[in-house]
Amino acid sequence: MSDQNSIAGRLVDGFWHNNPGLVQLLGLCPLLAVTSTFVNGLGLGLATLVVLTMSNVLVSATRRWIRSEIRIPMYVLIIASLVTCIELIFKAGFPALDRSLGIFIPLIVTNCAIVARAEVFASRNSVALSLLDGLAMGGGFAVLLCALGFVRELIGHGSVFARLDLLIGGEVLNGLQLIDGGFLLALLPPGAFFVLGLAVAGKNAIDQRRREAAGFRLSI
Amino acid sequence: MEFARRDAPFIAPKANVASIMRQVLYALMPATIVYVWFFGAGLVFNMLIAIMFCIGGEAGMMLARGKSIRVALGDFSAIVTAIIIAFALPPLTPWWVTATAALFGIVVAKHLYGGLGFNIFNPAMAGYVVVLVAFPVHLNFWVAPRIGDLDYHYVTIFETLSYTLTGTLPDYLTIDAISRASPLDAVKSALSTMHTFAEIHANPMMGDFGGRGWEWISNYIAMGGVWLLLKRIIRWHIPLGVFAGLLVPSGLMYLIEAGNHASPGFYLFSGGTMLCAFFVATDPVSAATSPRGRFVYGVGIGFLIYAIRRWGSYADGVAFAVILMNMAVPAIDYLTRPRIVGHIKHGKAPGA
Repeated sequence: MSDQNSIAGRLVDGFWHNNPGLVQLLGLCPLLAVTSTFVNGLGLGLATLVVLTMSNVLVSATRRWIRSEIRIPMYVLIIASLVTCIELIFKAGFPALDRSLGIFIPLIVTNCAIVARAEVFASRNSVALSLLDGLAMGGGFAVLLCALGFVRELIGHGSVFARLDLLIGGEVLNGLQLIDGGFLLALLPPGAFFVLGLAVAGKNAIDQRRREAAGFRLSI
Repeated sequence: MEFARRDAPFIAPKANVASIMRQVLYALMPATIVYVWFFGAGLVFNMLIAIMFCIGGEAGMMLARGKSIRVALGDFSAIVTAIIIAFALPPLTPWWVTATAALFGIVVAKHLYGGLGFNIFNPAMAGYVVVLVAFPVHLNFWVAPRIGDLDYHYVTIFETLSYTLTGTLPDYLTIDAISRASPLDAVKSALSTMHTFAEIHANPMMGDFGGRGWEWISNYIAMGGVWLLLKRIIRWHIPLGVFAGLLVPSGLMYLIEAGNHASPGFYLFSGGTMLCAFFVATDPVSAATSPRGRFVYGVGIGFLIYAIRRWGSYADGVAFAVILMNMAVPAIDYLTRPRIVGHIKHGKAPGA
């Protein structure tokens, strides 16, 4: 792993080595619940990315004035205010997507990945670094949400990128219908667990291969 | 003179995995013949497809894990899984449903957990549950048994093969013409519409205990099970536990209010009770280990079967009951550890 506080180090940490979903296994509730389609995953991923980045910046900026005894309630207060803003923006800008995501937009408050970053990183580092960390961690989480949504939509519905209009507006876009119908299980909660489990296993397998390759190079 | 020195055990056990699995297959043969008599050749097609995909999945996974394919295929365990899946599925099932169940059972439930001996869940039931959840329409389509109805249509081999391969019947035949609710389904929906069990039981589709025709398959499966008991391949703790767990609550309910509850005999000879008690729950890998633990495990399965049949939304609950109790096995094993010789009861050390 490269230097923890370099830009590249932060990014690699958020997207790979410490990915909130794949490695820390945080925020699994929205991760599993809304990723039935790509557009749902993308919508919630973007919302989480924005909240996480802004909460990191605010927590970091106020870290000298928040007493450590009451820091958790303060974090929750900051995050809840941000989530309320996001929720109102969704209701105003993307009403259909808001209906589709339902309770999981307000529930971003309870996403422990966000509180964890505030506690572990933002409260101990500068504003610029915290901004970078929020972008990396939120980005890693959003990419995972999109990937899960993509795979589950493909297996469950047989389609790719359906209903992107929920996010970008305009006419109804039905995406690419590859097969008619699909494997219902992928859309149900157990399917989410299977896909996530395989994703985690795949990440670990890649890491292991790399470690072995690195080990061989050292021994030579 | 030199004596060969040997360590215990001095009498090598004759049984190995392959011979045990073969005996299990023999025990299911009479039931297979009776099943085909009542429901047509669909079961045989399902068996062939399930065996094909189970063996394919097993060979593929052993290859991927870099192990010997010959050992895995020689122990017949994949074939037993396939046969049990085929028995659990309806006689007319499209091939992709059977294939999904077989592949999921072998690849995910068995090999991703470490292969034979390490799987937490019974592979056959895990595969069956997946298709039960994923293809509810196909899994509720049961053909009428051959019990001498006037409007009975015997589903020919050609029609069966057509449905198995394409998922559609020939044009002159509709699903409604040959399908009929399974006894468990019929009793559940009739009870929920305020019919008494005595009324339901007077219907000619009902036999002495279970559905007419269906109960005979259960009888022959039970005979196979008893044969396994006599051959000492399975022991009595789990089957007895399943029966106790199913019959005690259903018997009590039937005694209290015979109108609103099906009789214990009906539950015993319906659906997958017999197959579960003798062939599924007794899987030595995913069951509890100590004799007492096995009895508790069986009781849990029996009670869950009753609970799901009586109050659940699925007609039969055998697969779910087995999977749920598979999860409880570590706890059961921990709580029913046999007393070690010389130790005081209840695990208390002297003076503690």
